[in-house]
Amino acid sequence: MSPTPRTDADRTESAPPTPRLALHGITKVFPGTIANQDVSLSLLPGEIHALLGENGAGKSTLVKIVYGLLQADAGEIRWEGAPTVIASPAEARRLGIGMVFQHFSLFDSLTVAENVALGTGDRTPMRQLEERIREVSTRYGLPLDPRRPVHALSVGERQRVEIVRCLLQDPRLLIMDEPTSVLTPQEAEQLFETLRRLREEGRTILYISHKLEEIRVLCDRATILRAGKVVDAVNPREKTARQLAQAMIGSDFATPARAAAAAVEAPRGDGLLEVERLNLASGTPFGTTLVDVSLSLHPGEILGIAGVAGNGQFELLSALSGETLVQDARSVRIAGAPAGHLDPRRRRELGLGFVPEERLGRGAVPDMSLAENALLSRGGGADDMVSRGLISFRKAHGLAERIISAYNVVAGNGARATAKSLSGGNLQKFIIGREIMRKPRILIAAHPTWGVDAGAAAAIHQALLDLRDQGTAVLIVSQDLDELFVLSDRIAVMSHGRLSESRPAHEATVEQIGLLMGGVFETSDAWEADAHAH
Amino acid sequence: MDQFVNFMVIMLGAATPLIFAAVGELVTEKSGVLNLGVEGMMLMGAVAAFATTLTTGSPVLGLIAAMAAGVMMSMIFGLLTLTLLANQVATGLALTIFGIGLSSFVGQDFVGKPVQAVAAVDLGPLTAIPVIGPIVFGQNPLVYLALAVVAGVAWFLYRTRAGLILRAVGESHHAAHAIGYPVIAIRYGAVAFGGAMAGLGGAYLSLAYTPMWVENMTAGRGWIALALVVFATWRPWRVVAGAWLFGGVTILQLHAQGAGIAVPSQLMNMLPYLATIVVLVVISRDATRIRMNAPASIGKVFHPER
Repeated sequence: MSPTPRTDADRTESAPPTPRLALHGITKVFPGTIANQDVSLSLLPGEIHALLGENGAGKSTLVKIVYGLLQADAGEIRWEGAPTVIASPAEARRLGIGMVFQHFSLFDSLTVAENVALGTGDRTPMRQLEERIREVSTRYGLPLDPRRPVHALSVGERQRVEIVRCLLQDPRLLIMDEPTSVLTPQEAEQLFETLRRLREEGRTILYISHKLEEIRVLCDRATILRAGKVVDAVNPREKTARQLAQAMIGSDFATPARAAAAAVEAPRGDGLLEVERLNLASGTPFGTTLVDVSLSLHPGEILGIAGVAGNGQFELLSALSGETLVQDARSVRIAGAPAGHLDPRRRRELGLGFVPEERLGRGAVPDMSLAENALLSRGGGADDMVSRGLISFRKAHGLAERIISAYNVVAGNGARATAKSLSGGNLQKFIIGREIMRKPRILIAAHPTWGVDAGAAAAIHQALLDLRDQGTAVLIVSQDLDELFVLSDRIAVMSHGRLSESRPAHEATVEQIGLLMGGVFETSDAWEADAHAH
Repeated sequence: MDQFVNFMVIMLGAATPLIFAAVGELVTEKSGVLNLGVEGMMLMGAVAAFATTLTTGSPVLGLIAAMAAGVMMSMIFGLLTLTLLANQVATGLALTIFGIGLSSFVGQDFVGKPVQAVAAVDLGPLTAIPVIGPIVFGQNPLVYLALAVVAGVAWFLYRTRAGLILRAVGESHHAAHAIGYPVIAIRYGAVAFGGAMAGLGGAYLSLAYTPMWVENMTAGRGWIALALVVFATWRPWRVVAGAWLFGGVTILQLHAQGAGIAVPSQLMNMLPYLATIVVLVVISRDATRIRMNAPASIGKVFHPER
């Protein structure tokens, strides 16, 4: 296939263009919730149209309906003017609808070309297909080697596979679900270039995101969903990010208050948590090996670690929490004591608090109540909920209730609610509250607001800042640069299993961090080398 | 030299039912389904083959009946686990127990009756070549069929588009569903193939290896076949190697018993099972290789709405 460059007659002013896709009154009900209620929107040829909303606003459901993965309960879909039933993804692809998923729908053990072959359903022999992959990927600036197995690719490259797979089918509507959540700022900018080129060819792009700045930069129109309904349709370029956020949330929200920019001196001496030349071979075939990672974390500061997921954060976090033991006990020290050989429980006794990335499964036991989950996180004496091996459920419930009220956790059954019945944001507030109430000396939080709605995210940020102000040493690993800039006193960047030197957050720029995320640090003074390049 | 020929012929024969059952299960597992009912499906195949051959006089009809019986059993499993979303491990175990009971019930009138065995091929001058002749050209047709099936499966899985889709479904059913492949239908197909092959493995036992019907005559071979798939890290030709190893040790321990070594026969009978598992565990220790070949979605219930 070579998508014929379109001369776009539709974009002239003479006639109102037929929408490429028009939705009228789409309604979809799941047991217990109305995911979409009377949603209407129209997408024009040659536009990038944003679909904006919080988690749970109904974006994903709507998109699944358009792509034929779900069927609407009511409403009409018109494709290029004609009423259409999109019964399956294959049907959607036949019409000319392509989709790039948020959680990549790739098969790790297969090669790029095999993955593409699966996704396009076309029967070209492998060798020709590889040729076409090379051709399309060069044309749109998405370099790819068709023979490499997917597990060996970076996250950005995986996304390219998905995009190329779509483009090979010459789609007229391309749906992108949160495409930049896994990219470095530079990779995101490259992606925008590609998308603009596709728009020039007259293709329509439905762009789903909750990152407001990029929507303002990229998109021509934006439809805002809240609780399953369309609440507004705007030109994002004419709005501020704050206005868009308010439309999305439906109310104003508090911006976390930062302690006045007390010039943070690079702290001296040994930190509360010291990591020194930590080397750790990954235990899994698709993991990352840690190379010479060093960091030190001091009381009363927040150290942010940026980086694209899969660059060793998982391995570093499990070496810090004690889920993986390291060879040299002294390469991880808590308050000066060698901790590399201690299990998680012993480390917690030394004052380590840990908020893992995975809320259900590692942060909390899904099928157990909040009270039981609170109880499990309390080893031994401190809260004394166990006497002579017997549990005092009264005390466990009391603790859970205290966490629930202190952190505004919305839980249907209070302390009796199971962990899995909570929304992501509420469970995260509970887990963070649970850890903070232990009064840890060190708190490590992985992706603390991943998949959390804006209101809960602001509350979590505030809680972490307060904790810092009380003198706790806080380490945050996140992919979200905005979050790191809001929270961190110092920022370091992780790439390919290495950790850069840290530098004060107010001196760091997004560009520098982006370059470091891309792995541009051969020497320890990459920050400066890069600053000169500017 | 005669002893060597004898050894090879019996070894290849003993390995054949395992190859059938294991390569069928391999396809099932590659699609992401773990069917622990192999033993039960083999027994049903064995009794169906025996009964049909005895009543019709046609071993070909017997083999067809064996495959049909295996498929029928596997479809019970498919209905429960793929359509009704029951737990695969529990259902598979139940299928084995069901198969043991049902085959005994169906076969009670056939116990001890003689049947015309499927004869070894005789290619005249080729078979007459010393040593090589009887080993390569003088086997039971089912021995060749088993190897042909392995070759076919290897080709299908790694050279054809349908095989690619099947591996993809086993790797990530949600991803496969998202790009529009009928996960459930593909798995039904893979489960049915597994059933048919297990049936053939059973038929080989009751029509060729020991041409008669005895209750529970598979004697745990279904379980060994399951283990072979895992220890062969889901690669078809390694399954063959594992099966030959099992066959080889079986013969050796029979000879040892014959030679009057003073070890209780029960212990000697354990030897093939033990040796196969130990050797395969040792050669497949490489965790990376296992994870590269193991179907990532194996045993997980697929629910398309989520």
